[in-house]
Amino acid sequence: MKFIKNFFEKTEPLVQKGGKYHWLQSVHDGFFTFLYTPKSTSKTGTHIHDYIDLKRTMSIVVIALLPAVLMGMYNTGFQHFKAIGELASTGFFEIFLFGLIKVLPIIIVSYVVGLGIEFVFAQLRGHEIQEGFLVSGMLIPLVMPIETPLWMIAVATAFAVVFGKEVFGGTGMNIWNPALVARAFLFFAYPAQMSGIKVWVSLSNADKVVDGFTGATPMADAAAGNITYKAADAFFGLIPGSIGETSTLAILIGAVFLIVTGIGNWKIMVSTIAGGAVMGLILNAFAGSAGLSPESAVYFGIPFWHHLILGGFMFGAIFMTTDPVSAAQTDTGKWIYGFLIGFVAILIRVINPAYPEGMMLSILLMNTFAPLIDHYVVKSHIKRRLKRVIVKEQTA
Amino acid sequence: MSEVIRLKKGLNIKLKGSAEKVLEKLPVPATVALKPTDFPGLTPKLSVKADAEVKAGDALFYDKYHPEIVFTAPYGGKVLSINRGERRKILEIVIETSKSAGSVTFKKADPGNLSGEEVKEQILKSGLWPFIKKRPYGVIALPDQKPLAIYISTFDTAPLAPDYNFVLEGQMNTFQTGVNALAKLTEGKVFLGVNSGSAFTTVKNVEINTFDGPHPAGNVGVQIANTRPLNKGEVVWTVNVQDVLFIGRLFEKGEVDMTRTVALAGSEVSAPKYYQTIVGAPVSAIVGGKLVEADYNLRIIGGNVLTGNKLKTQNYCGLYDNMITVIPEGDEYEFVGWADPGFNKFSASKTFFGKLFPKKEYTLNANLHGGERAFVMSGQYEKLVPMDILPVHLLKAVLVNDIDKMEQLGIYEVIEEDLALCEYACTSKIEVQKILREGINLMIKELG
Repeated sequence: MKFIKNFFEKTEPLVQKGGKYHWLQSVHDGFFTFLYTPKSTSKTGTHIHDYIDLKRTMSIVVIALLPAVLMGMYNTGFQHFKAIGELASTGFFEIFLFGLIKVLPIIIVSYVVGLGIEFVFAQLRGHEIQEGFLVSGMLIPLVMPIETPLWMIAVATAFAVVFGKEVFGGTGMNIWNPALVARAFLFFAYPAQMSGIKVWVSLSNADKVVDGFTGATPMADAAAGNITYKAADAFFGLIPGSIGETSTLAILIGAVFLIVTGIGNWKIMVSTIAGGAVMGLILNAFAGSAGLSPESAVYFGIPFWHHLILGGFMFGAIFMTTDPVSAAQTDTGKWIYGFLIGFVAILIRVINPAYPEGMMLSILLMNTFAPLIDHYVVKSHIKRRLKRVIVKEQTA
Repeated sequence: MSEVIRLKKGLNIKLKGSAEKVLEKLPVPATVALKPTDFPGLTPKLSVKADAEVKAGDALFYDKYHPEIVFTAPYGGKVLSINRGERRKILEIVIETSKSAGSVTFKKADPGNLSGEEVKEQILKSGLWPFIKKRPYGVIALPDQKPLAIYISTFDTAPLAPDYNFVLEGQMNTFQTGVNALAKLTEGKVFLGVNSGSAFTTVKNVEINTFDGPHPAGNVGVQIANTRPLNKGEVVWTVNVQDVLFIGRLFEKGEVDMTRTVALAGSEVSAPKYYQTIVGAPVSAIVGGKLVEADYNLRIIGGNVLTGNKLKTQNYCGLYDNMITVIPEGDEYEFVGWADPGFNKFSASKTFFGKLFPKKEYTLNANLHGGERAFVMSGQYEKLVPMDILPVHLLKAVLVNDIDKMEQLGIYEVIEEDLALCEYACTSKIEVQKILREGINLMIKELG
């Protein structure tokens, strides 16, 4: 392995300012620090530093996403063969392989486009390549419907990295979760291609589908007044939906990993789920009221916990709300932030007639409000500290 | 004794090479030095020239803006050289020691029988005043201010820190004399922060607070914040345990005796233990021949690994240094270091397998283990600061020079050592202590 280090060390002068390949400096540095933790030592302050860095933090999240990725691949194949009626005659590996071939290009496109832009920005701005996109690059494919054209993935990723992150100053400075910016961009820019019944199940040019196949997600069905899913399927992830969001089980495995390592904030996860459950219960309470259309009555009436396993709710609650940059920063703020996300998500999901999913919009909305929540939490902290003075003066 | 104050937040960093409780007396070093750079914000004015003969307790320099605060020779002899740096900044005043030079004589008296003014004058003249620091800001106390109280922490929770129960063995009477002198300087009380099993519980003329918890529970700032937090406009003073001894000796013996016990610790010390020497001793006199043979670079730190200063063997110890720590420099590349499972890596986070072995002691080096980034993770700092403070928000207020916010968020209550753990644990490798000191300097400049 020494020759790699020698290569990087030898080429270092070439990419420095004034060097022949100075425009490759960020790329050089990016790959070098990826392979070798730098030898720089502390100059001021503490002499020892924790072994954790952003690279490790981000790779922990990517590992936590793997169950959802694998399950998403399997489900892609599962939905395909189910739609064409060949599920019984197809083996496990064939099903998985089909999904792998469909999903892998999306992941590759997302990483290549995103990292490419990151490299360019790092070079232009003269800073190190930042690791934030390691996670975003995996999240973006997972929130996309399987039949999203690759060029759309590329455009959405580019939009998300440039306008979702770099214009604010890069990793750590963004207001919104970049992966959701990508999803929202497609949702609003290409509504026809990004919803409906054509995008959720990959038919792969099969000429026949089984009777009764619609290609709609269970939530779209529920919004239309039909309950077409089984709760167990929704939990294990055998329903149509975006690639990574369907399997609640796989997502929860990732959640356990995030909580054990302390990288994902459990307070946000718990409060988001609580918020969703509370809104679900409220809707249940109104399900029988007069004036609701029959379809709405059905959607209002589905058991509140079904909302947690349907659609993107759990994926958002575990992987999107906990993005430390776009979430609230204070402890109290995190409880409020999470609860409101869950609460608003289910509200949008059920009440909004045009859009039977609410997690994306809800998270983006609360991303926007997170600084405001923090502002008030900090303000009350300051107030409490000031009260201390008054109390002391009285007792003194 | 009051009840135990339990602090939950914080972190004990377990390093290899803690000092064995054995004291070796070192001979008086050939040279000693005072470094004006030990005092943040000080503008020194020299009182002596090179080649001057001085006794222990003779002034070497004084504070330009508070000429009554003088800094005196820790040992008698001849001023060998005055070493200057860029723009003729005074770095070191080196004294060639000589036993025959002797010591300036001060009044020998029981401080209990003296007035506050007399005690203050004697401490000022003897050059021991700089050992009294003030909060806010952690700089040398101003003699004309009236402190609400004086705080002394009798235990240090920092990695490998010396055990003061051991260091003060047989010197408790002198400590008591020092405390009695300090008690004359305030209309309030002298507060002693102790931990369980402390030998200091027998000290009189003080109010004792017992603390229990991980580092930084031993920091005097943390102890103040958890008993009677400091508000705007209030001033308290703090003194280190060993420096109380200097004050005690001044009144007992009538002379300046800055003999001090220094712990030499760290993974790169072959036999870590305690050494008795003098304030301002050369680093080489303490570490010479006592480090392991290594084919890699070492880092010598005056103080502990969290707050100390980097030293070279040709340097002198700082005025406040109670220990010297030696760790590997760690200026080497590590292949895909971020992906290591980490059985040998200590971390405040739970992302390394080392976390499964809580009793293990580690060899940690001075490597940053990553590049500097913007603030990304949240909630990391809060777990390490047992005070009613939002560290990240305070630091952000400093970064934008917002004095009002800094005040509101508690800049008066913290100095670098109180937030040092945040800097250690920071994923983004942010220079917390440097930022905080810049904030404090701004406060001093703007508000005095």
